[in-house]
Amino acid sequence: MSQRRVVVTGLGATTPLGGDVASTWAALIAGKSGVRLLTEDWRELLPVHFAARVATEPADQMERVEMRRLDRSEQFALVASREAWKDAGSPDLDKERLGVVIASGIGGVITLLDQFDNLKEKGARGVSPHTVPMLMPNGPAANVGLELQAKAGVHTPVSACASGAEAIGYALEMIRSNRADVIVSGGVEAAIHQLPMAGFAAMKALSTRNDAPERASRPYDADRDGFVLGEGGGILVLEEYEHAKARGAKIYCELVGQGLSSDGYHIAAPDPDGAGVQRAIKFALADAKLSTKDIVHLNAHATSTPAGDVAEANALRLALGKDSDHVAVSATKSMTGHLLGGAGAIESVFVVKALQERLAPPTINIENLDPAVTIDVVRDTPRTLPAGQIAALNDSFGFGGHNVVLAFATL
Amino acid sequence: MALSPADVLAGIKEIVEEVAGIPAASIELDKNFTDDLEVDSLSMVEVVVACEERFGVKIPDEKVTDLATVGDAVNFIVNAAA
Repeated sequence: MSQRRVVVTGLGATTPLGGDVASTWAALIAGKSGVRLLTEDWRELLPVHFAARVATEPADQMERVEMRRLDRSEQFALVASREAWKDAGSPDLDKERLGVVIASGIGGVITLLDQFDNLKEKGARGVSPHTVPMLMPNGPAANVGLELQAKAGVHTPVSACASGAEAIGYALEMIRSNRADVIVSGGVEAAIHQLPMAGFAAMKALSTRNDAPERASRPYDADRDGFVLGEGGGILVLEEYEHAKARGAKIYCELVGQGLSSDGYHIAAPDPDGAGVQRAIKFALADAKLSTKDIVHLNAHATSTPAGDVAEANALRLALGKDSDHVAVSATKSMTGHLLGGAGAIESVFVVKALQERLAPPTINIENLDPAVTIDVVRDTPRTLPAGQIAALNDSFGFGGHNVVLAFATL
Repeated sequence: MALSPADVLAGIKEIVEEVAGIPAASIELDKNFTDDLEVDSLSMVEVVVACEERFGVKIPDEKVTDLATVGDAVNFIVNAAA
């Protein structure tokens, strides 16, 4: 029996650039930054005064009573999933063939910390009975699964900033292995709070460009000084190809493969040789039955940290060889900031849109390209991708040395 | 301080609307929290804690299961505050 093929039939997102896919994509192509100064007083406690909040508050997209028992990450998951499900045409199928795989990097951390404040102020009676369902990292997946009555399995892979991509890869395997026909997959994150920000700042991972927040996320720029924390999420409806065809679904593209590896090098620092990243790319190409010649676009992990961007760029050069000359590399975190567990998911949405529109998004804020970066970065304005059958990759890496590369191709 | 049943009912209506999103107009003395108003077990905990704060009474956990209807809750709170 030939392998079951998996296609993308729905997209949803809520990001620092827009409350849905259309507004996010328009802002992305226009090269707009979603990074802003924080308005909270607590920013003064931190060396970093800015972040990339979602452009549309969940309060504008859902009912108040529903919101109050959901962590912000769960709100993002429902907002993006509803859009994606509708975009997929709200497929009518046996719920035992419907699954949900939605990741988060650090779960309901805002709930956890807010309820600890309640405990200290009011005692145990002041802690909400919704605390645990709100803080559990599988909460976003569980809430979407409940809403859609998914019964094939609801899962939450956790691998820091690779989580969203890992979720999509997990969903790919669920469909391939015939556990499900349709999966709502992706990743979310809601961690713009003083504690996680202080933690990332203590690692010297965050940019401190407080005088120019919109210019702070600058992957591949010689003067980059760290990432910008973002929030939001992205969702893809993945569907078995024959199932999608049979119901006349709109098909964006095919998810043709994934490559997974781990560095075994350091808990937070990238392996400067990028060996793990190279292996993940090779595995993804092999799984997808593609050669480096087929790849025309890559959405890089590129978070704007001094070490990470160069390690990834070198690994891309080595893995793609001479063919990297025709791979248009976009670092969209320059506009969205870094959504941690949501990153791999929104960037997969961007790759799917890039294949559909034949347009690679720009990378903003590169004033002086780091001379150590020798890949073909799409700067300032979007670039048209070739006609014909094309393929693209999405890189995601996480603290802990997790590497996930997803491969998408036009049908 | 003595509470009037009407004041307690009005307060419970506000709390249930806030916690569970049920319109105050549909909340009456004979309504069952679970069967009629669809207040689930977690939201019921919120309703109880909010009532304690608002009316200055203690509602022990073992009593909560006895409060099947809005009327049960009004009677309990009025008596507890008396």
